[in-house]
Amino acid sequence: MSKVQLPNTKLFINNEWVESVSGKKIKTYNPSNGKLICEVSEGSKEDVDIAVKAARNALENGEWSKMSSEDRGKLIMKLADLIDQHREHLSDLETLDNGKPLTAATNFDVIEAARSLRYFGGWADKIQGKTIPISSEFTSMTRHEPIGVVALVVAWNFPLLLLSWKLGPALAAGCTIVAKPSEFTPLTALYLCELIKEAGFPPGVINIVNGVGEVVGNALSHHMDIDKISFTGSTRVGRLIMEAASKSNLKPVTLELGGKSPNIIFGDCDVEYVANAAKNYVFANSSQLCCAASRFFVDERIFDVFLTIFTEKIKQLKVGDPYDNDTHLGPLVSKQQLDRVMGYIKKGKEEGATCHLGGEIHNHNVDGTGYYVQPTIFINVTDDMTICKEEIFGPVVVLLPFKTVDEVIQRANNTTYGLAAGIWTKDISLALNVSNRLKSGSVWVNDFNILKSQIPFGGFKQSGFGRDLSEYAIQSYLSVKAITIAHKTLHAQEQ
Amino acid sequence: MSKLQLPNTKLFINNEWVESISGNKFKTFNPVNEELICEVSEGDKADVDKAVIAARNAFENGVWGTTMTAEDRGKTILKLADLIQDHKEKLAQLETMDCGKSIVSAREDIDFCVRVIRYFGGWADKIQGKTIPISSEFTSITKHEPIGVVALIVAWNYPLMLLCWKLGPALAAGCTIIAKSSEFTPLTALYLCDLIKEAGFPPGVFNLVSGLGSTVGNALSHHLDIDKISFTGSTVTGRKIMEGAAKSNLKPVTLELGGKSPNIFFADCDIEHCVNAAKDYVFSNNSQNCCFSSRFFVHESIHDAFLTLFTEKIKQIKVGNPYDESNHLGPLVSKQQFDRVLGYIEKGKSEGAKCHLGGSKHHHADGKGYFVQPTIFTNVTDNMTICKEEIFGPVVVILPFKTVDEVIKRANNTTYGLAAGIWTKDISLALNVSNKLKAGSVWINNYDNCLPQVPFGGFKQSGIGRDLSEYAIQSYLSIKAVTISHKTLHAQQN
Repeated sequence: MSKVQLPNTKLFINNEWVESVSGKKIKTYNPSNGKLICEVSEGSKEDVDIAVKAARNALENGEWSKMSSEDRGKLIMKLADLIDQHREHLSDLETLDNGKPLTAATNFDVIEAARSLRYFGGWADKIQGKTIPISSEFTSMTRHEPIGVVALVVAWNFPLLLLSWKLGPALAAGCTIVAKPSEFTPLTALYLCELIKEAGFPPGVINIVNGVGEVVGNALSHHMDIDKISFTGSTRVGRLIMEAASKSNLKPVTLELGGKSPNIIFGDCDVEYVANAAKNYVFANSSQLCCAASRFFVDERIFDVFLTIFTEKIKQLKVGDPYDNDTHLGPLVSKQQLDRVMGYIKKGKEEGATCHLGGEIHNHNVDGTGYYVQPTIFINVTDDMTICKEEIFGPVVVLLPFKTVDEVIQRANNTTYGLAAGIWTKDISLALNVSNRLKSGSVWVNDFNILKSQIPFGGFKQSGFGRDLSEYAIQSYLSVKAITIAHKTLHAQEQ
Repeated sequence: MSKLQLPNTKLFINNEWVESISGNKFKTFNPVNEELICEVSEGDKADVDKAVIAARNAFENGVWGTTMTAEDRGKTILKLADLIQDHKEKLAQLETMDCGKSIVSAREDIDFCVRVIRYFGGWADKIQGKTIPISSEFTSITKHEPIGVVALIVAWNYPLMLLCWKLGPALAAGCTIIAKSSEFTPLTALYLCDLIKEAGFPPGVFNLVSGLGSTVGNALSHHLDIDKISFTGSTVTGRKIMEGAAKSNLKPVTLELGGKSPNIFFADCDIEHCVNAAKDYVFSNNSQNCCFSSRFFVHESIHDAFLTLFTEKIKQIKVGNPYDESNHLGPLVSKQQFDRVLGYIEKGKSEGAKCHLGGSKHHHADGKGYFVQPTIFTNVTDNMTICKEEIFGPVVVILPFKTVDEVIKRANNTTYGLAAGIWTKDISLALNVSNKLKAGSVWINNYDNCLPQVPFGGFKQSGIGRDLSEYAIQSYLSIKAVTISHKTLHAQQN
């Protein structure tokens, strides 16, 4: 077990560590053994107000508001460098708090956090407005201004990474920030605060208020002086945030919510290759992943052979101590999540699906602690079963045979979600025709879970709206101001 | 009074005129003489469901959503622009009858409709995605796809024009549409339906369900099979629409809401020129205009001269029969609006502002009609109701100021942020102030200059998203990122 040094656990406001007004604390636990890691200051509405004032002041009057876009970019890149330098420590903390394998925390979460920030650092001085052709008497232009004080509320599955995905474009745009990490995984965001200070961000640009969603999230979404809110998490909470925005100051909302993503494997595929690739992505992060490929549609002609090879590959996945280098799946994040996933597995069995592999709690520790679940494959599943319809957010996949292209498109789209989809085929026409017809924000052809800073990520339908990552993400943090200047009046005035 | 032939008054679904399921009707009145113009089929939730099914079918299975090229989509939109142009006079006459605006303004409205639809027709085959550089093993592209079935709900102040502002980008993007016009002004949208059919839009691409906000608007915003909703109207209703979206299928929302826009006159401006210009825009459409410059901030050194000249100019504005081309202002749209505006005028007086000009009902002919005098208030403080709330009628307040910082602070001291005007010869002052004003549109040495090419929409509680320009199209798109790994093909070939 790691002996990682814990970060400061207070609230981070105005580049200072402060106690919460109430003095209350939340507890955060180690999911690999269920033990308390530490207590963290718990923010409330009052703390949010203080943080918003700091952010507002930094936006309107502070050094940040006068800084050149070039210098803003340099600061963001500096933060990326610092994350790289502190990779080991950040990865350790992430694994401790979230339970994900240390190899994943290191090689994905923390590296990608730095890459994403560096990418957006490069955008800071390239957020160009337009000049608009009207006539010789008018000059019309748009300025892409920072929208103002923004709230960033993120989930516990990729604590540092999801925060970085939102910090990057918000900072590049010139916004100031009040962020709330998940109460299940507050530690890496706290650690990040020291790096933010060290990078040289002026006071008030980034503020972190830990706490529970019902209090801090609620205060942020209802706040009258927050200009925008961006959220990654559950559809249920996304609704509450949008409703609060509608009832307060009509702040624009970006939502990145759940999914029930189809992964379509056509008959011409190299089954061995596809199953091998699947092994690497299907249960990544224990499928606590909004774009998890949870519905495998496999051409009926290759279904049996795929199932055999896929099962073989999945059996090679090791569940266990997340600090162990050859572990693929650590524990789930929390007792709640474990119960939820086991509930879905039970439901799958009750509704008549065949639990082909796994389906039980994985007893890793002799004392039975830790929230481990076996990688689970269901077959004989019908599209209307609960496990085929609802997001499980755990290592449970269903395999569904299909006959025709039209049928599989219709079934793949038959969900309220639309986050991601996979297509596996050598046929370029088939690949592009199916990709056109899938209602999904990300479509991966002959790969899956390709998340890159340069590529937009976000949902169709009830998977949310707006995009994280890429140039598109920056749009959500801008106000477009159209300035139209009449020069004919100057002539008049000169006469 | 015009003896205009009225359009079909049924619901327009799947390119057909159909009765509302309930058979209910609502009445629309002429604001000039308060007389009934006609009854119009009143839609309800069940009619909305029918229209959504038509729009969904056109989107998923029809020619429009499947095989039509972007170029042909553009041509159909351009054809609609031509048809609106051909029917300009009839549309203008209908607009004046239903909404009360002067016939001259109504003609300007229709001209602008044509320009906007034509502008967006040109966009249809230019909505380009991106290719994204990753590495030699990946090809990553974005497709800017139509978001799907969209609901467009518009206000009564520019009935056809506001609809066209939304129709243009929604059609260019390839969406299918259920529109709801205001129950106060349903006629020009009804007339448009025949032009849509004539232009050759396939059935179900455009559907119009007239009716009330509390039924049709509510059904649209809560609908589980509408992918996006775009609204122009009051902040109160905008909130309800966003709440409806939050509680149903989380459809994205575009809102173009109210304003209390400042118009700032610095000491170096040519007063004569400014007031001449102001005469043309300040009370246009009876200031039933969301970007109306309702707060004039005038530098104290020119305040008195400005007020004198401005008053003189405003006195030249003629209120009366909107069909008379020499009249600038017709009646307000409705009894409700008339009462609301006079209520604000009373409030202004009772809170201690000085009613410098106007301030009463304008008595026209037989005393009928919702006419209000152009009204100027002076001796106003920033915390008075008439200086804070949107009046949506011909009432302007004149406020002196001393310093640049002061006027920026006061101009921004509002929950709204739709538009602002700046009048000065000083280029540094103009651009510095424009940077600091929290408003979606800033006009320098002009005002109310809405153009198809220039984005229009609000900061703060004036709304979310933009109408007009390339930016408007974004609201009607879903971004799909398609990433193709080619390394796998190599592996498969081995």
